[in-house]
Amino acid sequence: MGIKGIKKEEFRDNETLAKLQESGANVFLASIDGVINWGRKNSLWPLTFATSCCGIEMMAAGAPRHDFARFGMEVYRASPRQADVIVVAGTITNKMAPVLKMLYDQMSEPKYVVAMGACAVSGGPFYLNSYNVVKGVDHIIPVDVFVPGCPPRPEALLYGMIQLQRKIGTESMKSRKKRSESHNTL
Amino acid sequence: MEKKQLAAAAASLAQDSVVTEGLQFVEITVAPENLVNVVSALKFNRETSLDLLVSLTGMDWGTDLGTVYHLRSTEFNHMLVVKTKVSDRENPEIDSLCPVYKSAEFHEREVYDLLGIKFRGHPDLRRLFLDSTWGFPLRKDYKDDINILGK
Amino acid sequence: MEEAVKSVVPENEEYVINMGPQHPSTHGVLRLVVSLKGEIVQNVQPHIGYIHRGIEKMCESMTYPQIIHLTDRMDYLSAHINNEAVCLTVEKALGIEVSDRVKYIRTILSELTRIQSHQLFWATFGMDLGGLTCFFYGLRDREKVLDIFEETCGGRMIVSYNAPGGLMNDIHPNFQKRTKEFIKYFRKTIHEYDDLLTGNVIFQERTKGIGKVTREDAIDWGMTGPVGRASGFSCDVRKHNPYSAYDKVSFNEILYNEGDTFHRYKVRMDEMHESMNIIDQLIDNIPEGPWTEKMKPVIKLPEGEYFQSVETARGELGVYIVSDGNKYPYRVKFRSPNFVNLAPLNIMSKGSKIADLVAISGSLDLIIPDIDR
Repeated sequence: MGIKGIKKEEFRDNETLAKLQESGANVFLASIDGVINWGRKNSLWPLTFATSCCGIEMMAAGAPRHDFARFGMEVYRASPRQADVIVVAGTITNKMAPVLKMLYDQMSEPKYVVAMGACAVSGGPFYLNSYNVVKGVDHIIPVDVFVPGCPPRPEALLYGMIQLQRKIGTESMKSRKKRSESHNTL
Repeated sequence: MEKKQLAAAAASLAQDSVVTEGLQFVEITVAPENLVNVVSALKFNRETSLDLLVSLTGMDWGTDLGTVYHLRSTEFNHMLVVKTKVSDRENPEIDSLCPVYKSAEFHEREVYDLLGIKFRGHPDLRRLFLDSTWGFPLRKDYKDDINILGK
Repeated sequence: MEEAVKSVVPENEEYVINMGPQHPSTHGVLRLVVSLKGEIVQNVQPHIGYIHRGIEKMCESMTYPQIIHLTDRMDYLSAHINNEAVCLTVEKALGIEVSDRVKYIRTILSELTRIQSHQLFWATFGMDLGGLTCFFYGLRDREKVLDIFEETCGGRMIVSYNAPGGLMNDIHPNFQKRTKEFIKYFRKTIHEYDDLLTGNVIFQERTKGIGKVTREDAIDWGMTGPVGRASGFSCDVRKHNPYSAYDKVSFNEILYNEGDTFHRYKVRMDEMHESMNIIDQLIDNIPEGPWTEKMKPVIKLPEGEYFQSVETARGELGVYIVSDGNKYPYRVKFRSPNFVNLAPLNIMSKGSKIADLVAISGSLDLIIPDIDR
């Protein structure tokens, strides 16, 4: 039982991440960037936000078998002002969308978003013929990592969080500023 | 209680209503004016004693709107179905069953929210799931060309 | 927003707080607008609809096997039992009698579903009251049940294993062995649950005498499931209207008379023991036979109305299908237990402190997507 291990070449070979890496930076700034990114990615604190079934799989990812805490996501913070990453687990409806935007705005920089589950990625099984479902959470907030599945296994969520850690590791101070200006939040 | 006995007892309590024996349960169709009297009589009578409201469903029959009540007795373990219809689609109104069963409160708010049927005498009739500007989604003539793509 | 405040009008010393949709202890997106005087609760209004996905309207444009996949996601902790409810309604309408093998397997999987749902209840109830250890112990044991599900049904929590006429596929050859191993393991470790929480003095002080519901109130408000049984209302559908293989097993219905938070918790603990007894009676005697009946490729129910109720881990789920002869239903209505159990929250928590409100709503064991459908 369980998924087979991902081969090392496959894990490192990712065109999008390669594009993100900006080469030719100043040596002094590059090492400061490295230290800052190392600190940020190894202690991401998620917000307790679970709307429906994916929330139980997120809780199972924090449970003893697939431990979340060994990657640094030890503590779940209840208040958005203290959290780093929001894992949108579950369907977002028209009534919940303003609440989600308010939560995202209350988080302080640097903040990241993981869309977990088919409902958050694109509306999921409720895509056709539902009058009240937002078809994908990226209509509301900018998303960093999409984790598909209905519900995704806890190992899949952990793979998504590791991808997020790799993405943070390629940031530099210049690209971080550009990103937060391009997605205009109030 | 056997279906025939229950049908006979119900017929004696509910004058001017149609009592039939459906596939599973005895069904009574009442006019909206007699609803509260018939249901109270069914609840407090010793023989039928239907004291649990299992479910309250709002229906759109195409031309009329209506509600369907499933009642069960905790003592004798038999079930009965009460139906009622209103033909006014613009402003449908049915008497509320809140004085008889307390659980009808939430159920009737849901029916008002999704079908637009108003209940006279409900203590607090507000919309439950959707906001006040939405239409009534469960009606058969609800149009939403963006989201509902048909079969 | 103003509408919400107007319905809980504050007087002189009263003030209104909002336990908003995102809250660690409301178990989902439930918004409670609470009016307080100091720390005493005067009025609680629940606001729902934050996860209303319109499942009943969607069902009117889906075929009967497709509806089963939507019911999984309503009360996701009793996913298998929800599927069974729709399958039983469709089979009753078509007049099909499934084989004994299917009935036994459905019953065993339903009881395993009930055990894992109560394990999660224990884990989150302890966590709400402050004991974080319960979360880890409960989920550690729940993973073993999910392993059994995954091997046979393909999914951990969202199973979709039932189909009208029987099952999707036969059980895995290891099913009986793994289930027996789990029962042996769990009988030895369930005493830890009592050691940790039930006998704890702080837990008992926080839950005994809080949120009492009398038997007449429980019937009037329609509260079924462990909530109703803790008040003395005998409402178990498995006893009164048995379905599947429940008429072939003998088990007790757990009833208490006090109706407070502690006994709602105790009912669920005892139900786990009863579920293990039921599985013990069935697991060695699964008869041979087909795992599905022959069904037509397109299922059309004859014209009429059909109703079936089953006992999920939280109460009585009723499925009401009105058909006009097509392959799509005319109207589907789900009578969900959580919708009815939420309504008297105001009555139950009047006059108690705000910490008790968390204990009461935790003991009702609400799943919000089941309320909103």
